[in-house]
Amino acid sequence: MADEEDDIILSELDDEELSEQMQDDLYDGLKEEIEEGVNIFLERGWAPYDILTKVLVKGMKTVGDDFRDGILFVPEVLLAANAMKAGMAILRPLLTETGAPKMGKMVVGTVKGDIHDIGKNLVGMMMEGAGFEVIDLGINTDVDQFLAAIEEHKPDILGMSALLTTTMTYMKVVIETLKEKGIRDELIVIVGGAPLNEEFGEAIGADAYCRDAAVAVDTAKRLISQQQA
Amino acid sequence: MNKLQKLLKEKGTLLADGATGTNLIPMGLDSGQAPEAWNFDHVDRIQKLHQSFIDAGSDIVVTNSFGGTARRLHLHDLQDRVVEINRAAAEIAGDLVAKSGREIVVAGSVGPTGDLLAPLGELTYAGAVEAFEEQMTGLKEGGADVAWIETMSSPDEIDAAIEAANKVGLDYVATASFDTAGNTMMGLSPAAFAQQMAGKNPRPQAFGSNCGVGASDLLVAAIDMVANADGLPVVAKANAGIPKIAGDKVVYSGSPELMADYVKLAMNLGVSIIGGCCGNSPEHVKAMAEAMRAHNGGDAPTAEEIIETLGPLVSPKSSKKSDRSNRRRRRG
Repeated sequence: MADEEDDIILSELDDEELSEQMQDDLYDGLKEEIEEGVNIFLERGWAPYDILTKVLVKGMKTVGDDFRDGILFVPEVLLAANAMKAGMAILRPLLTETGAPKMGKMVVGTVKGDIHDIGKNLVGMMMEGAGFEVIDLGINTDVDQFLAAIEEHKPDILGMSALLTTTMTYMKVVIETLKEKGIRDELIVIVGGAPLNEEFGEAIGADAYCRDAAVAVDTAKRLISQQQA
Repeated sequence: MNKLQKLLKEKGTLLADGATGTNLIPMGLDSGQAPEAWNFDHVDRIQKLHQSFIDAGSDIVVTNSFGGTARRLHLHDLQDRVVEINRAAAEIAGDLVAKSGREIVVAGSVGPTGDLLAPLGELTYAGAVEAFEEQMTGLKEGGADVAWIETMSSPDEIDAAIEAANKVGLDYVATASFDTAGNTMMGLSPAAFAQQMAGKNPRPQAFGSNCGVGASDLLVAAIDMVANADGLPVVAKANAGIPKIAGDKVVYSGSPELMADYVKLAMNLGVSIIGGCCGNSPEHVKAMAEAMRAHNGGDAPTAEEIIETLGPLVSPKSSKKSDRSNRRRRRG
């Protein structure tokens, strides 16, 4: 909306106002404003980890909740995630330097025969937004590619996505192979995609079915903390 | 006059067919394989599927070309055979229709590209039009009566497919999937979609909904579509419930009896073209045909009555309000 309220000068806001405004701007997918806000906080001497968790992750939580609750849809969430990504691009090298704690690591991919990656990409971005390290194997991922990535990256979580009724059964193939190799129990396996449901996830031996990216984040956090407990 | 329009005038309500993908799996389609390749490799199986729907009483047969754009066929290294694949899809259905001695519409299935359109994704609007145009050229050459644009979620992509149909000179039907809180995943509501379709020039032969998350959700969405249809015929092609794993097989929870109830409710709502999507076998379609024949009127059901008969909504509309609804500035 082009009205006088567009004239918000981020640098003139105090820390609390700026944090609130940035969460609004994240909600609206305003990428440049997020970059500006991150830089202002850095200049004010905030720790990169605090900017990530107290501003960006908190803001993305609202986006995720509203996505889960049917208030926001894919286009708005993608814009928000892109703004988040822009902020993360500034913070990531600094986080590595400062050795900030990580939530966990996830390998994610759309299964063999399937090119659909909108939901999978959202999961990747929202997981990054929640502080996870994400290794994205892309589309059309076969069981060998999943195995190689697990071997190389030693993730805590494996995420699989499928949009087609003709591809979703491939998830079972992957899980069965993990069992044969004796590594199924070393991983949390979460699955998602439009034709799936909870019962389906259970029947193929996944730890959880996640209806959308927001639920994926919540589920990943819950299962990781259960594992650590 | 288009054959679809003519049949609608004669019969009032038309019976479409059932699923393609989920019916090909028991015939040997492996997980991840392109169903469209069977238009060459296993013509007999595609014929068998179409014939079973024709025998069940379908007035419309949807071709085996759902993933038939170059953008999707690329994965199976079939991107250079787009026109050929789609032509074959329409011809296989057309030959059986000719032999049936009945008036049956050959509906050329056109599914989404699988890509997000710019600015959200890489695919430009012009690129999407081009991809659909190539597919529809094949469908038209093969004798399709209409382009059956289905399982759509993005208003832009629907526009692109319609523009392609107009360029190729094919009449069209467009259906969307309302699987996310009563809307498409891109946030398109049934009412907004109906208004988009009613405002088109030329207008669709029909519009409506297919697939999604079950028969209840689809018919509740149909209430808003019928209310905003401005005289356009409305399509309903619902899944037979939800998928479950039984051993190595995927089975759908909805029985033929449930789909027969769905037909009655859809007819009472004023839906003119009724069929099934994922999980609907020829047996389901047969039950739907009988329900259609036996139907003798009734009041339009409310959402509550639909749910009472067909089961709870899988993804109901939200009544929640955002924590961030009092934002000082918003995306323009």
